[in-house]
Amino acid sequence: MRSASFAAMSAVLLAAAPPVLAQEMKAEVIHWWTSGGESAALKVFADQFTKAGGTWVDNAVAGGANARTAAINRTVGGNPPTAMQFNTGKQFDELVENDLLADVEAIMTAGNLKAVLPDPILNATTRRGKMYAVPVNIHGQNWVWYNKAVLDKIGGTEPKNWDEALVLLDKAKAAGLIPLAFSGQKVWERGLFNAILLDKGGPAVWTEFFGKRSQAAAKSPQFRAAAETYAKLRSYVDQGAPGRNWNDATALVIQGKAFMQVMGDWAKGEFAAANLTAGKEFGCTLFGSRGGGYVMGGDVFTFPKPKTEAQAKAQATLAKVMLEPETQILFAQKKGSIPVRLDVDGSSLDICAQRAMKVIGDKSQQVPAVEMLSSPAMTGALEDVYSQFWNNPNQTVDQFVEKILGVLKQEL
Amino acid sequence: MKPHWFRLSSNRSALSALLPAFLVLVIVYIGSTSWTIWISFTNSRMLPNTNFVGLRQYDQLFANDRWLTSVHNLVIFGGLFLLLALALGFLLAVAIDQRVRNENSFRSIFLYPYSMSFVVTGLVWQWLLNPTHGIQRLVRGWGFPDFAFDWIVRQDTVIFCLVLAAVWHAAGLVMAIMLAGLRGIDEDIWKAAKVDGLPAWRVYISIVIPMLSASFATATVLLSTSVVRLYDLSVAMTNGGPGVASEVPAKFVMDHLFERANIGLATAAATSMLITVIAVVAPYMYWRSRKGGRA
Repeated sequence: MRSASFAAMSAVLLAAAPPVLAQEMKAEVIHWWTSGGESAALKVFADQFTKAGGTWVDNAVAGGANARTAAINRTVGGNPPTAMQFNTGKQFDELVENDLLADVEAIMTAGNLKAVLPDPILNATTRRGKMYAVPVNIHGQNWVWYNKAVLDKIGGTEPKNWDEALVLLDKAKAAGLIPLAFSGQKVWERGLFNAILLDKGGPAVWTEFFGKRSQAAAKSPQFRAAAETYAKLRSYVDQGAPGRNWNDATALVIQGKAFMQVMGDWAKGEFAAANLTAGKEFGCTLFGSRGGGYVMGGDVFTFPKPKTEAQAKAQATLAKVMLEPETQILFAQKKGSIPVRLDVDGSSLDICAQRAMKVIGDKSQQVPAVEMLSSPAMTGALEDVYSQFWNNPNQTVDQFVEKILGVLKQEL
Repeated sequence: MKPHWFRLSSNRSALSALLPAFLVLVIVYIGSTSWTIWISFTNSRMLPNTNFVGLRQYDQLFANDRWLTSVHNLVIFGGLFLLLALALGFLLAVAIDQRVRNENSFRSIFLYPYSMSFVVTGLVWQWLLNPTHGIQRLVRGWGFPDFAFDWIVRQDTVIFCLVLAAVWHAAGLVMAIMLAGLRGIDEDIWKAAKVDGLPAWRVYISIVIPMLSASFATATVLLSTSVVRLYDLSVAMTNGGPGVASEVPAKFVMDHLFERANIGLATAAATSMLITVIAVVAPYMYWRSRKGGRA
């Protein structure tokens, strides 16, 4: 929270500061990276921008939705920041439609940067044939983390899919441990279901369902299999799961009280803070019964239409700096993500990140995150349905599919 | 008889004094409310637009499980919370009114919860009620392994946890209002009741409570506003979970305004809330105006 209050203070101080010279390259950046690891990662951007001769004005707003709301309100109100953070996906669609954002096409083609980005990321930042956002990282959303000591204790090998995992979960349960460390909040209930769907249906069903809202995909046997597995998992979580924060669930795995957790690669920060090494005390794996896949989410920065020449220059410099190979690696080390560029050397990253980079080297494994394929309203409506299914053991798979079909029919 | 110009100018000064308040009322309240109602007839998403779609948002709203659950929860919460907070507040006031020693300390202790924000209240109760950290674990640790107090993680009981926390929060306020009312009751009434040989509980039920009707009305109005606004308690305690079991209408509106970028649906929900409140308050206002403006 210190960084947030510092940001608020600096914002006040800046408001009181005399107007600066037009020559100075100043970038005010609204973002929501306030936790320890996140602000360390953000500092990489700030330092590199300062090295390039600019002045970084930090404006951290705690909470993604809050930060986006603040940034959107200022942009609509005619007092835009230099740059603002969004998740890679559809969150900034309407800003583009209302001509509030500057395109970054020229900057991206100048450095030949478009060629080194994965296709899903490119698609998620392109509107009307031009790029409107600078992607800065890739976060894998469908990782499975497990405690190696617990795995040795219950006896078994690293699971490759949910069928194998269920066997191990039973063993963990028999050993009196929490089989699946779970945080019962809507967003993670959604994350768990989506991870299972990718395992059971592969990238094909995934893009049909989220990308085309296909009713057939929702009625497919793969989708039903995912729902059945999801329902089974209810009996592998502990009583304290509802409302638990994701990092408290990770802590259960770290302490050896629980066997495994499904969570994005930001969970690595928790393991690192506990001085655990990937591959030694804990393992990371990706499930895939049908073609696997790596769910690529992440963050982008968008640039509101600049009001002055100096602001335009600051935006161009910022975009260039963020995508430099050196920045990309330093940032990924701190953030737990992987570089957004496919052409940087990731050998200095941990083994999970190295595995991720190898996986997405294969085009067929690049799975766009739900945020890239469906609107926040749609994602939210699906989330409500998942959440009610997860928390209501009496609901049948048929009823669940019926409700999903109802959501798909809505214009969201 | 004052000269004509004087009356005019006093009217004018009164008008100019009231003008700022009047402008705030018209622009901020009525203006924003009208705008909200108008937006609920459009298909606005992240940013407000003016594509008229009629009642489509309302159709979607009342076909939405989560919204129906939210409304249902608000009715249950509102009824229980009003009843329990009034009853408990009144009983506390009666207890303190028995000339107890250290009355001031008791008053402060009972009123203290009200000085906490709902967010703090929600967090504290969340910890107390959490089966793996709170009361259940404590009692099991004392050697009762079968003790269960898991209301907050069960869908059918979670709403009572919200009521519990809210009653704890508000009972002290009701107590303060009732105590002031009790102190205003004439000693002679008690003496007369004693002479007639009435037991104390009869006096309270048949004489004191009717005399306190104004205090009850005040407390009810104050508590009702926090029922309609109920948002932060749900967010802090359960974040609407498990599932959507403790969702409330205000949270539905907030989530859809921002997180879900669905302003059309959010404003339709907000308008429905407004209509409901008007439907409840209007008959009461009419009744008051017929009574000649005395509550």
